[in-house]
Amino acid sequence: MGNVEDPERWHHDTWHGPWHRGDEPWRSGGPFGLRHRRGNGGPLRRDPDEALAGGVAAGVAAWRGFNVTTVRIVFVLVGLFGWFVPLYVAAWLFIPAAGAEANIASKARNDSAGIRLAVGLASLMVLVLLVAGAFHDGWFISWTWPQVFSVAGLALIWRNAPEQEQASLRRVLEPLGASPAPGTRKAGRAGRGVVLRLIISGVLLAAGLGWLFTAHANLALLRPLVGVLLVIAAVVLALGPWWLRIARDLVLERQARVRAEERADIAARVHDSVLQTLALIQRRADDPQKVIQLARLQERELRSWLFEGRDPNEGDADLTFAGGVRKIQQDVESSYGVPVEAVIVGDCELDDNLSALLAAAREATVNAAKWSGASVISLFAEVESGEVSIVVRDRGKGFDPEAVPEDRKGLAESVHGRMTRRGGTATVTSAPGEGTKVTLKMSRTAPVGRT
Amino acid sequence: MSTPRVVLVDDHGLFRSGVRAELGRQVEVVGEADDVQPAIELIGKLLPDVVLLDVHLPGGGGQAVVQAIKAEHPEVRFLALSASDAPEDVIAVIRAGARGYVTKTISTAELADAVKRVAAGDAVFSHRLAGFVLDAFAGAPSGGVTPAFDPELEQLTSREREVLRLIAQGYTYKEIARELFISVKTVESHVSSVLRKLQLSTRHQLTRWAAERRLT
Repeated sequence: MGNVEDPERWHHDTWHGPWHRGDEPWRSGGPFGLRHRRGNGGPLRRDPDEALAGGVAAGVAAWRGFNVTTVRIVFVLVGLFGWFVPLYVAAWLFIPAAGAEANIASKARNDSAGIRLAVGLASLMVLVLLVAGAFHDGWFISWTWPQVFSVAGLALIWRNAPEQEQASLRRVLEPLGASPAPGTRKAGRAGRGVVLRLIISGVLLAAGLGWLFTAHANLALLRPLVGVLLVIAAVVLALGPWWLRIARDLVLERQARVRAEERADIAARVHDSVLQTLALIQRRADDPQKVIQLARLQERELRSWLFEGRDPNEGDADLTFAGGVRKIQQDVESSYGVPVEAVIVGDCELDDNLSALLAAAREATVNAAKWSGASVISLFAEVESGEVSIVVRDRGKGFDPEAVPEDRKGLAESVHGRMTRRGGTATVTSAPGEGTKVTLKMSRTAPVGRT
Repeated sequence: MSTPRVVLVDDHGLFRSGVRAELGRQVEVVGEADDVQPAIELIGKLLPDVVLLDVHLPGGGGQAVVQAIKAEHPEVRFLALSASDAPEDVIAVIRAGARGYVTKTISTAELADAVKRVAAGDAVFSHRLAGFVLDAFAGAPSGGVTPAFDPELEQLTSREREVLRLIAQGYTYKEIARELFISVKTVESHVSSVLRKLQLSTRHQLTRWAAERRLT
């Protein structure tokens, strides 16, 4: 279990699947092109970015200037001779990845649980091969023997490779064996379990042998079979519990890792934003306006993370209308320090008209934040089947629309202009001391604007 | 009406003491509880006029308290409040029987006012709740309605919609009355009617809306 807490594991970049790189051969001149480019001249390094498995082929290709696909085909052909596969695994273990300073083996040396697992898997496989070999001795068996080492090596890689490479390995191996459920036995039951296991295996052994001896007169034919059975029984009895324990440890460790990842994610979030904000608030304790602004900013971030599953720092490439309104709220609050109460009803995709509506609403909100002197601005947006409307309202000082002061000309011109150009309407209601209300409406069936 | 007797139910001691200190003058805080079970026992014993109820409680949501008390003491009124409000949680507490919902960022004066209004039997909608309700009742009721479909219950009138929109824009009841040329009493009756629809509606859309919210 030594590696569960290893912090390095949690901070690797997300994995970009190698399977998505199918266009690679065409980029380098034909799928089977033997065009000899110059190698990169550096030392031999694996290339996990281009990897199908360990990136050895890609590494060799880059090193010598061959085409990756050609190298891969050669590797697969050579792989038909059994001993090449463990060689490949060894290369994966001992050749460092490009950009990494150490190879996987140097890390695996300290992973005692991993080494136990590797030895356990290898011994299990030896047993299976012994059985198979007793009945059958063909090319497949002779190919399979070297794989005892491949399996052991892969186990070490799986436990010690960086996150990115583990993912590629997991992708290949996961369908082969679903993990058994973790059986955490209580200490008191373990002793009884051992006895029961021994009794059952003894009975089975006796019954099997008895049946074999009584049913067949010709003992000479049976002799090798009996030998094999005895060996299996002995090995299973000796090593069975150990295998089980390894399997259980593996499952527990995996659960612990998932939990640790979740914890790390939450901790990162809390640290990145919440603790930062709290620190800022303590330093700005003498400025109530700033404190409120920080608190609201943090509240909105947490809320969008908790309830909407959105990362507030994500780009706004696929922003919807509601997202756009929230962005206005966020930007105005952080730029002008005035709280904006946004209520959004419904949502829809953005088009040019709605973008213009959002731009006008932003203008009106910024205006209210700058000039009204109100302590809060309310922003109400509603998407209906035929119409989208936004109301920006403040309870600030207001103004007389008949005698618009010079500093508020921008509102009338840019807001009104933006809306009418797109077939929408803008109404401004205000009176000195009564606050200001800007109502913007845009029809959804309006002709789609030119892009 | 005399000062209402209030029980505070919130799992944050800091928040309870803050509210008690701030509201102390205007209402009589008779008890505090920090979880569902103690709250049910305390409310059953004290029978306050109003319970200020946090939407999120460790031992089940606030709606568990409302449901347990409503069965035996329908005269006790609930005002829900919370800091972090997923719409479906808020709607669930309202549908369980709370007479209103406000956010914890509300000012003391407004909170005291809201408590008094709830004590008097009115409904109290914050701007956020108004938005949730408009969202939930958006559009025409969908086709697959139940046989017991009551059109009066399943849809908001245009006047109710108008009132909700103004609440969502941050208007007070008095301002709404002036804006729509109606009395404050009429505004209150519109809001109460919306509350009733919200609680009684079997609206297909309302459940679907909640389900969609939960999925996203």
